[in-house]
Amino acid sequence: MPGDERFSGSYRSGADRPRGTRSAVVSGPVTDWATDFSHMDPEWVADPYRIQDDLRERCPIAHTDRFGGAWLPTRYEHVAEIAYDTERFSSRAVVVSNYRPPPDVAPSGTAPPITSDPPYHHDARRLLLPAFTKSAAARQEAATRRLCHSLIDALAGRDVVDAATEYAEHIPVRVISGMLGFPPEDGPRFREFVEIMLEGVNLPPDDRMARIDTVFAYIREQIADHLADPRDDLTTYLINAELHGEKLSPRHVAGSIALLLIAGIDTTWSAIGASLWHLAKTPADRERLVAEPALIPTAIEEFLRAYAPVTMARLVTRDMTWHGVEMKADDWILLSFPAANRDPAQFDRAGEVVIDREVNRHAAFGLGVHRCVGSHLARMELRVALEVWLERVPSFTLTDPAAVTWSAGQVRGPRRVPVRIG
Amino acid sequence: MKVQINTDRCQGHGRCYDLAPELFGDDDEGYGTVRGEGLVPPELAAKARLAAANCPEQAVELQEA
Repeated sequence: MPGDERFSGSYRSGADRPRGTRSAVVSGPVTDWATDFSHMDPEWVADPYRIQDDLRERCPIAHTDRFGGAWLPTRYEHVAEIAYDTERFSSRAVVVSNYRPPPDVAPSGTAPPITSDPPYHHDARRLLLPAFTKSAAARQEAATRRLCHSLIDALAGRDVVDAATEYAEHIPVRVISGMLGFPPEDGPRFREFVEIMLEGVNLPPDDRMARIDTVFAYIREQIADHLADPRDDLTTYLINAELHGEKLSPRHVAGSIALLLIAGIDTTWSAIGASLWHLAKTPADRERLVAEPALIPTAIEEFLRAYAPVTMARLVTRDMTWHGVEMKADDWILLSFPAANRDPAQFDRAGEVVIDREVNRHAAFGLGVHRCVGSHLARMELRVALEVWLERVPSFTLTDPAAVTWSAGQVRGPRRVPVRIG
Repeated sequence: MKVQINTDRCQGHGRCYDLAPELFGDDDEGYGTVRGEGLVPPELAAKARLAAANCPEQAVELQEA
């Protein structure tokens, strides 16, 4: 309906920005991981597990004054307790930066439902769940498999290729842009949006928000295009969706679309890339999966445990003593599912990758009410990506381990994985 | 053996219906459901235990007969 007046204003632009609280940017190398941690530090980006394993032993709830104050629990039991306690740990913001949105962004938050707390969260989430069931994901499988084959076809005749930039990255971009009804050729822009949202977190807040405005300018264009030309996709669905008897606010529509676009791309790309990186450097695991493709779903769970891409965040809602540390209202919690997944108190051989691990109660998709809404889609994409790669490229090795680079921030995955396939 | 899903705990991870589709299905929102009365034939007991052991929310409950 082109005359939908909800979308006539400049929603989610610079003029529509909540006030919030800004903190000073602190950069420079980390001096002590227990008291000054930063998930943007090059040492963390290169290998966060060594740091997390050390902290779990000597300081299981680490602190930093960076980002205006943040805590890092590294034990599974603490991560789980926070994920389940939506009263004392709010999802009002889920990406640690130098800006905290004001309390009045509730109940939806800026990217519902991931930024919503109960009870509103429950209803906002229900709008999305039917589109992301296992059977809904299965409807994307044939097209995903064709895409994977076409990406491998394009590598014909090459000796050295990049498994991240020439394969992993393209799969979730195409799947989620198809589901949202966005132009597939805009893929490179989505990669830029992911960097803006997830890697630009330590910029001065106003610079960061100016960049985020460009993401929402794009989303507003896409919403306008769908208003003029409604079609059977998630964007038109959200424009028409009703919550509590009313159509969604334009901020809600744009925020949910931003969530699906960003969370649907970076995470799965990271999981596919990390799995291929592991197999490129671990010939025994690669050979076993080539010989036993039926083991791939089990191996995927282990890759998700050991290389969980996603770390979430929470904001503490009140001053309190929590497991012996003095938390203050509006302190960040860096909620590391990767650290929880490598806690030896929860997993045998926690630091090893055991591709036939049968009991694997990992938390890669989160715990509690915010369980990743796209987990069934992600598992399908990851399985098809590995099945097709291993079928078509059964033998591959890292050309140079030092040439592999990793993303910084709360989503961890390899951004360059040069492999020899010839 | 009998299986049931604690609906207060289930968040729709789907590990039960991935690992033991003979015993579990999902509803329109992806939450786990028990097929039939939840009675587990002996040949599926190992699968029922696997589903329970892999639920991240510990929502799959087993009652040994």
